Amino acid sequence: MPLQKNRKSIFSLFPLFKQLGMVLLVALLMSVAGLSVAQASSGVSATDTLEQRISPIGRIHIEGEEFTEKETSSAADAEEVEVVVAPTPTRKDYPNVGVSSRAIVWILAQMHLFFGALVLAVPLFVLVIELTGMITKDERYDDMAHEFMKISLVGFSITAIFGGSLALALFMLYPDFMGYMMHVFGAQWLVYASLFFLESFFLYTYYYGWDAFRYGNKKWLHITLGLMLNGAGMTIMVLANSWATFMMAPSGVNEVGAVVGNIWEVMKGPLWNPINLHRFIANIGFGGAVVGAYAAFKFLSSRDPVKRAHYDWMGYTSNFIAILAFLPLPFAGYWLMAEIYAYSQQMGITAMGGILAWLFIVQAVLIGTILLAGNFYLWSGMSRTEGSVRYKWLIKYIALVLVVCFLIWVTPHTIMLSASEIAALGGSHHHILGPLGIMPAKNIAVNLMLIVTFLSFQLYRRSDKVATVSWAPMGNALLVAIYIVAMVNIIFAGVYYGYFTNTVYKVGSSVMQVGTTLVVIIAGIVIDALMFKKAKVLPSHWGKIPDRSQYALFALPIAFTWLMGLMGYVRSSVKTHWHVYTVMKDTSPDNYIPTIGYAGNMITIVTVLFLLCVLFMFWVANLSATKQPKPVAAAEGGAS
Amino acid sequence: MTDVNEKSGMGVLGKTMGFSLGLTLVFTLVANLLPQVEGEAPQESKVDLSSLTMDDFIVMGEDLFNNKGTCTLCHKPAPLGRAPDIQGFDVVAKSTERLADERYKGASTDAADYILESMVDPSAYVVTGWGKKGSNDSESPMPAVNKAPIQLSAMEMDAIIAYLQSKDGNEVTVSLPSPEVAAEVAAAAPAGGGGSAPAPATTAEEALGKFTCTACHSMDSKDALVGPGLVDVGSRLSIEEIRQSIVDPNVVLAEGFPAAMPADFAGKMTVKELQMIVDLLAEKK
Repeated sequence: MPLQKNRKSIFSLFPLFKQLGMVLLVALLMSVAGLSVAQASSGVSATDTLEQRISPIGRIHIEGEEFTEKETSSAADAEEVEVVVAPTPTRKDYPNVGVSSRAIVWILAQMHLFFGALVLAVPLFVLVIELTGMITKDERYDDMAHEFMKISLVGFSITAIFGGSLALALFMLYPDFMGYMMHVFGAQWLVYASLFFLESFFLYTYYYGWDAFRYGNKKWLHITLGLMLNGAGMTIMVLANSWATFMMAPSGVNEVGAVVGNIWEVMKGPLWNPINLHRFIANIGFGGAVVGAYAAFKFLSSRDPVKRAHYDWMGYTSNFIAILAFLPLPFAGYWLMAEIYAYSQQMGITAMGGILAWLFIVQAVLIGTILLAGNFYLWSGMSRTEGSVRYKWLIKYIALVLVVCFLIWVTPHTIMLSASEIAALGGSHHHILGPLGIMPAKNIAVNLMLIVTFLSFQLYRRSDKVATVSWAPMGNALLVAIYIVAMVNIIFAGVYYGYFTNTVYKVGSSVMQVGTTLVVIIAGIVIDALMFKKAKVLPSHWGKIPDRSQYALFALPIAFTWLMGLMGYVRSSVKTHWHVYTVMKDTSPDNYIPTIGYAGNMITIVTVLFLLCVLFMFWVANLSATKQPKPVAAAEGGAS
Repeated sequence: MTDVNEKSGMGVLGKTMGFSLGLTLVFTLVANLLPQVEGEAPQESKVDLSSLTMDDFIVMGEDLFNNKGTCTLCHKPAPLGRAPDIQGFDVVAKSTERLADERYKGASTDAADYILESMVDPSAYVVTGWGKKGSNDSESPMPAVNKAPIQLSAMEMDAIIAYLQSKDGNEVTVSLPSPEVAAEVAAAAPAGGGGSAPAPATTAEEALGKFTCTACHSMDSKDALVGPGLVDVGSRLSIEEIRQSIVDPNVVLAEGFPAAMPADFAGKMTVKELQMIVDLLAEKK
């Protein structure tokens, strides 16, 4: 009987497969049609004759006609081709609405990006959690993944609202610029728009089909839906990224902005893939941090040990995702910055050594906050297991390294000083602290911070296990040796290449340092995976964690949000007074780089706005699970 | 009815919101504590060419070098520079050396041509150690300054050459722009312009900072940096001598010091700025 039922249910899926196939086919056709139009707009016109359209191939033969020799020059070639160059608007061409246009676009773009990042990231790790649940057969994973989706569902609407508002603001306030961008990207916009239909389809079927496709083969269907949802989401992201990177490092256009390449050449500028990777990783960290705050809030709101255990575990998993994604982020950042320098040294220096350089001090404060909060949460989490006493003595040393490195990282290089201050300091740089202000010192600091954060993580993971393999002491000794050699190597590379060679080698040494950090992380994961394969597991008490630890889970998303706002601002500002760098000048009243204070205030505004919208999102997610009790009828004496 | 297992939602919300907003404000505070500078887009400025003297042209060149040309982003003293420290050596003498170098691939025959060539075709000669990574010093990372985003006009590049020639006392060989050339340049680059003159300082301290006096002179001690310490200069020199040592520093040199002080302050300082600095130094006894 159960078999029959099962078979019936599988067969009942066929119509669904058919419908799904139809939808996919239509979506695929839309994309292909969009790309074909894009191709057409890049050089081949629909009004061309058949011969003109196929002539580049070589000899032409049209069925039913004689062979014709290919003309070397046609009449069309002789005609002057109209070249559309980038517009050069003057100040009066920018509409004035009485409020800074840049501020309006800044807020809308940032809000759209925050929510966009969140709703792209959540389905990504939800899918991974769902798979984990399927493999481990632990239903907690499945329930948690479902809950994550529920939380982020409202986020899709909010993303769309801010996206629409942003488009409206851009077309209204920067008409010439948007006209030019439309011309350059042509029908790619249609592909972009059509992807929203796809994403919505997969989103709703994925979310609402969760319980319907929960077990057996249907689960695979559900996971496929999740995969398609992520595919659509990621494609949307990389398309949108191509606009931002085109503005920074235009490709596929000539010096005056006339399109000379096809849409693919326009999209694949030098910064496109570094930005794609950076945003992809950062989104996951950001998404993890936001749902971590949700779990923390639910944990703090409840006294029920079962609920507290659930939300403690959920908070831990979210934090795990956030920190895991955060650790490789600086390396993606290095790649992006290296590509920026390779594209334009001037642009790189504007960011790192010019007017925007001070923002990296704020960045240091933010990343320091993230690392301190992440570590603090891991140390607090050790109280869940009795086995953690073995490692607690190390915490104070990790804390010391973190604090010292943090202080080195926030040491500024040059400070704007009055004459008397210069005199008091004995020059524009402090003779002891001055050398700590330059990048080699900061590279040492950040790599050491990452290494000790990984150490905290490793200790936490080990705290509920006892290795049973015979080579455990040897493995531990090897691991200690790797940590020591890595730290020495990072300090040596930073000091030697940073202070005793010229700039080119300084940059090169950072690659060596990053490589060393990665070796520690990979070696740590591999050794622990082997060493604790059949380890004795000590009991963990979920929910047994101090309330104060949960504030670390609020610090993370706040710092992440602020950091995204800050670095997005830096990324956009390196263009200085250009809409499209070197191609289209920004001549609007806002074409200057504002003060750090102004930028900081703007970032705070968007962070607080985001916080409020996220609260709304959480509230709505909870509302759907709340049912009002039926009122007691007055006739039964309920009213007095 | 309240669930006994639920804490007061508003209490937790208040605490967590308070914490989150507090942290946000800390970040805002940090951003507001740092130096507040605006990065202005290059301003269009009118240069009155009919009254332009060679001194004005040189000052304009220096301003272009430091501002619109963005040269000092990379051409800085070691270890900060990403390109040779042009302001730290005699460019004319160095140009002559490079023209004779077998690695030189360009077509210039004199220093002025070489400097111009290095601005528009930086790869014609790449100083050893400063080439693009992996290019074995055959390709320069420097952008052509006559192209976007810098877009200096021919006249502006001439002004920079004049500045670079004059800063070490060499003869200026470029000529002042003719009105026709200037008109052509102005028509070609409407948003460009010839760099704006720095704003006059309002206090003596500001003037010291503007002309970077403290880079070479210690104001509060007798310690010799590049030039002598000035803590007691008022007792050593009269007001007239102080004025002369700024306007014409190489007439009387302090014992044991080279003639390293720029001789062009007279052309750069306003009368008021010079007076403020002289008054400040005269009081240092």
